Amino acid sequence: MNKEKDMQNNTNFSSPSGVGGRFSIDNNGYYGEFGGAYIPEILHGSFERLKEAFYAIKDNASFKAEYYDLLKNYVGRPSPLYFAKRLSAEYGTNVYLKREDLNHTGAHKINNALGQILLAKRMGKTRIIAETGAGQHGVATATACALMGLECIVFMGKTDVERQFLNVQKMRMLGATVESVTSGNMTLKDATNDAFRYWCSNPDSFYIVGSTVGAHPYPDMVGFFQSVISEEIKWQLQEQIGRDYPDYLMACVGGGSNAMGTYYHYLNDERVKIISAEAGGLGIETGETAATISLGTTGIIHGAKTLLIQDEDGQIIEPYSISAGLDYPGIGPAHAFFAKIGRTKVHPINDDEALEAAFELTRLEGIIPAIESAHALALLKKERDTFKPDDIVVITVSGRGDKDMDTYVKYFKQ
Amino acid sequence: MNRINQLFQQKSENILSVYFTAGFPKLEDTVPTLQCLQANGVDLVEIGVPFSDPMADGLVIQNSSHAALQNGMSIRKLFEQLTAVRTEIHIPLIMMGYLNPIMQFGFEAFCKECHRVGVDGMIIPDLPMSDFLSEYKEIASRYGLKFIFLITPETSEERIREIDSHTNGFIYMVSSAAVTGTQTSFDNKVEYFNRINSMNLKNPRLVGFGISNKSTRNMVNLYSSGAIIGSAFIKALQETQDVEKGVKLLLENLEK
Ligand SMILES: Cc1ncc(COP(=O)(O)O)c(C=O)c1O
Repeated sequence: MNKEKDMQNNTNFSSPSGVGGRFSIDNNGYYGEFGGAYIPEILHGSFERLKEAFYAIKDNASFKAEYYDLLKNYVGRPSPLYFAKRLSAEYGTNVYLKREDLNHTGAHKINNALGQILLAKRMGKTRIIAETGAGQHGVATATACALMGLECIVFMGKTDVERQFLNVQKMRMLGATVESVTSGNMTLKDATNDAFRYWCSNPDSFYIVGSTVGAHPYPDMVGFFQSVISEEIKWQLQEQIGRDYPDYLMACVGGGSNAMGTYYHYLNDERVKIISAEAGGLGIETGETAATISLGTTGIIHGAKTLLIQDEDGQIIEPYSISAGLDYPGIGPAHAFFAKIGRTKVHPINDDEALEAAFELTRLEGIIPAIESAHALALLKKERDTFKPDDIVVITVSGRGDKDMDTYVKYFKQ
Repeated sequence: MNRINQLFQQKSENILSVYFTAGFPKLEDTVPTLQCLQANGVDLVEIGVPFSDPMADGLVIQNSSHAALQNGMSIRKLFEQLTAVRTEIHIPLIMMGYLNPIMQFGFEAFCKECHRVGVDGMIIPDLPMSDFLSEYKEIASRYGLKFIFLITPETSEERIREIDSHTNGFIYMVSSAAVTGTQTSFDNKVEYFNRINSMNLKNPRLVGFGISNKSTRNMVNLYSSGAIIGSAFIKALQETQDVEKGVKLLLENLEK
């Protein structure tokens, strides 16, 4: 079978909106009660044009060909689905790792950045803006901009500029301007606020949102561009185990893009149980946490109605996580919906559990994961008693750990 | 008759409307600010409900919102402060705030409280028109509240007409593609102002964003019913940390 060909033909690119079935979105971008577009008037036209361009192009053959060519020859896709033998032995089941860490730029973020930049090019945009937490989306966007010769401005909270400095240096080397954001907690939420403000003042620019968050169509669009992850898992499983679905799918959820990509083609397949990891921080009872699904209530953040961590007056509470990429008080509206209807089970994973899982993977398999991805790996221990010896468990390793070496070294010393 | 309609019936030009953040610079400054603005001839006031993440605001209002929240401001507190406001304030009052805090308070409860204390209308910059029409419009009008929409240089003619048809008060005309508090030149705005004026809308317009001195105010007075001033007033309050001095400084700056 010709894999590359297959990659193009087996796609579910014709679904009009959302994933289809129970997981369709309506015209206003709602997954059940979550989603929508709560945006200031100044951006109304920009969102209309974006929706129009995206839905016109997503199934377009020449767009797809260009996108898939980049995914293959530039990103290095398909990313391997790797049977982790020693990890499997440790947990008494069959663990497969979807290796998004092996993508160019080191995480899944590039899948989305390339999809959106091709859209931006077709819309005639010349200036790209992005927010970033861990810096992975910033690096992916700066990379895509270098590739396409477009101007790039990345908004990043000052706290994250400090804790993910390697990525800041990469973005600068790639030619991007990194705006250090000093409002709020100076993390992902604040970077997103400032990217939005910049967009309000410069409605001509194209905002490449890095996760399945924000106003419609972003959650749908980002999920769509990440859906290549589960599309590959399908044929990779078929090839490796002779059936195209796992018993369990697991991923970490910050805003929810790698998780959405991992689940996308399995959402309507009830044989597949789905478990998400969110950032517990120091523990959900400590107040130092980013466990949005566990603690959140319905509200509006960054233009979407979703679960968010807020006080009773509707003020957003500053989150905390060791992981810059999960340090966000909201959650993609689709994930709020999946959790609400019971399609996904969600565990908060605390900092120390994630660190332990990162070291475990490193020592058992020789893979240093991103600290975000380590949250997903920690689900193995949480759910240890659930897995049967012949279960197939697929976990997405959303990124590699280079950017987190300082964090790991600190833990190492203790 | 609603005080907003009354104002525009009596006055069709040079209206001065001022925005401030409730609970800033000090928690109990809300009502004194209203008194002082009224005493100094301000025609209309927008009371800003502070939010932790004001996505369409520049630094000045971000900072005042943050300070107000630190001071302990909340919607509950604000309505407490406004309980007797109509014994002394007769100019129209509009609540301006992001949707999330209002949603948590409960939209109907919010309208009910507005009605109880004598607020005349509201602006919720991140509430989509479609939601407004399907869920909010009927409730707001049941409590006699005017809903004010924004238009910007980016807003299409079709959408402006739609907004005009659903509005009965005035239209908040944003001067430029910007967040609040951005200083831009008004030289290139004539085309935009003329374009809107030639549409023969049924609602009068007030222009806001970036008005801070005599020339910018005169300019918008020439092309609309008046000006909305926000960040320039907050800045004056920030500098003086005092309501009376802040109002005085604002009025001085508007003469410069
Ligand atoms: C490696 C990695 N994984 C996960 C995330 C979380 O984002 P999402 O939930 O959108 O996948 C990030 C975000 O920065 C990341 O860098």
